[in-house]
Amino acid sequence: MPQPMSRPILSVDGLSKVYEGGFTALDAVSLEIREGEILALLGPNGAGKTTLIGSVCGLIQPSGGRVLVDGHDTLTDYRAARRLIGLVPQEINLEPFEKVISTVRFSRGLFGKRRNEALIERILRQLSLWDKRDSPIRALSGGMKRRVLIAKALAHEPRILFLDEPSAGVDVELRRDMWEVVRNLKRDGVTIILTTHYLEEAEAMADRIGVINKGQILLVEDKDALMKRLGKKELVIELREPVPAVPEALRHYGLRPTGNGHRLVYTYDTHGERTGITRLLADIQAAGLHLCDVETRESTLEEIFVDLVAEERAAP
Amino acid sequence: MNLRAIAAIYRFEMGRTFRTLGQSVLSPVLTTSLYFVVFGTAIGSRIDEIDGVSYGAFIVPGLIMLTVLQQAVSNASFGIYFPKFIGTIYELLSAPVSFLEVTAGYVLAAATKALAIGLIILGTSFLFVEITIQHPVWMAAFLVLTCLTFALFGFIIGIWAQNFEQLQLVPLLVITPLVFLGGAFYSITMLPDAWQAISLFNPVVYLISGFRWAFFGLADVPVGWSLVAISGFLLVCLAVIAWIFRTGWRLRP
Ligand SMILES: Nc1ncnc2c1ncn2[C@@H]1O[C@H](COP(=O)(O)OP(=O)(O)OP(=O)(O)O)[C@@H](O)[C@H]1O
Ligand SMILES: [Mg+2]
Repeated sequence: MPQPMSRPILSVDGLSKVYEGGFTALDAVSLEIREGEILALLGPNGAGKTTLIGSVCGLIQPSGGRVLVDGHDTLTDYRAARRLIGLVPQEINLEPFEKVISTVRFSRGLFGKRRNEALIERILRQLSLWDKRDSPIRALSGGMKRRVLIAKALAHEPRILFLDEPSAGVDVELRRDMWEVVRNLKRDGVTIILTTHYLEEAEAMADRIGVINKGQILLVEDKDALMKRLGKKELVIELREPVPAVPEALRHYGLRPTGNGHRLVYTYDTHGERTGITRLLADIQAAGLHLCDVETRESTLEEIFVDLVAEERAAP
Repeated sequence: MNLRAIAAIYRFEMGRTFRTLGQSVLSPVLTTSLYFVVFGTAIGSRIDEIDGVSYGAFIVPGLIMLTVLQQAVSNASFGIYFPKFIGTIYELLSAPVSFLEVTAGYVLAAATKALAIGLIILGTSFLFVEITIQHPVWMAAFLVLTCLTFALFGFIIGIWAQNFEQLQLVPLLVITPLVFLGGAFYSITMLPDAWQAISLFNPVVYLISGFRWAFFGLADVPVGWSLVAISGFLLVCLAVIAWIFRTGWRLRP
């Protein structure tokens, strides 16, 4: 997807958080988010995603660093900064006895906006909550409650929306609806930062992907570029006759036999100097094996991500 | 000033009150009626007038204060503790509001409820005893000031409390004894000298004394002192709240 050139609407500079007790949950995180983009933050449990969001939104007292929201410092000019931000928390935090529509109205009032029933109706309809508007929250299903949280965040017309694991506990169909909602918001010009464990989700929606682990941002890149740069490819070589083992002459290629020796799988980096495919094919011929088919396959984001985190873990 | 935020919080809190209107009003009215029956009628008939006021009437200001203090503290403390407990506090912390606005919303709502219950008890007491209020404007002023101050105090308790036991500890272990020992049911001039001196350290003495003066023109301590004491306590509470919101104590990890 082509990325429109624009200035950062959110800039995080050297943000740190050391929790009471000395645990460093964020270690000088810097990050810039462009207006109108969807950024997916990926990271394992405990990586610091929620802490990062909390520090930007005012839930957590940062230990150091600076956050600017459209030029407004989140500490010294918090009113202007927070007015632009909508937050959908990871946990379902809702008052159980309150009615859906009143809790959404409350959010709008809290952000100092004039009542706008037409807008609230539009939001509730968009999230398929309009029929439930007079139900108390405790009478809703988990997925509906999550959508109430989104409705509350949208009620004050934020320009930046944080979605902390929007699909947690949401079934597959509803997840697709959620993606639709997010895409519509993007179309309306809302900048979206979401965290997710569903890599499929990031792949389906994000313009850019940031990977965070142990309180550090490992990288932030355009999704497509990331796939290109880190995407490993596999070459699957189909043999006419099966081999009992990989021949000695081909050992150094690290081939993986599958399908009872009918196939050999060769893994190579797309960004490597040379792929080694030509030599491999020649060597296979020289070893007296006969190919009947070759096929390539790209690694998924999931595999990329697992590799990245493993790399980081292996590093001293 | 984000006035709409104050209004939103106020409306939200009042909504909670109206959802449980029955128990909000019924229990204090019932309790007070019991006090009147026991202290005013049964025991009071054997007690002489105090400075020309019948005992039944004499305890009215103290009874109102007792309930108003308990209500103001418990409403305000619960009001802010509950969002902390269920996690909805995230919205207050991420909204473009200052401590003043959040406090104003919760405290005004808790004070309104306490005031309403105070007035209901006053109304109830007319059923039991004959009262003429000598300084109605001062009476109202003392009542409003007390509701606000102790709602503020309750708000601090609600932020401080980390579990329901702590939340109930202060109203039960602090407010009730202070009111009972603060001359709700007697004049502290009836105490031995030493106890009179000790009583002067009890802030509630000043409240009840000032309030009773507004009713009957009788006071244990000069009414000016009462005003100073309650205003001083109000300022202390405000200062503590300003500090809490600046440092994020017990709110922002
Ligand atoms: N209030 C707190 N006090 C102390 N440590 C905390 C606190 N909140 C979070 N942590 C720690 O900070 C680290 C980061 O937590 P955080 O919630 O930001 O992770 P996360 O990336 O959102 O994880 P998940 O994917 O599970 O939601 C964790 O190790 C967590 O234990
Ligand atoms: Mg999290």
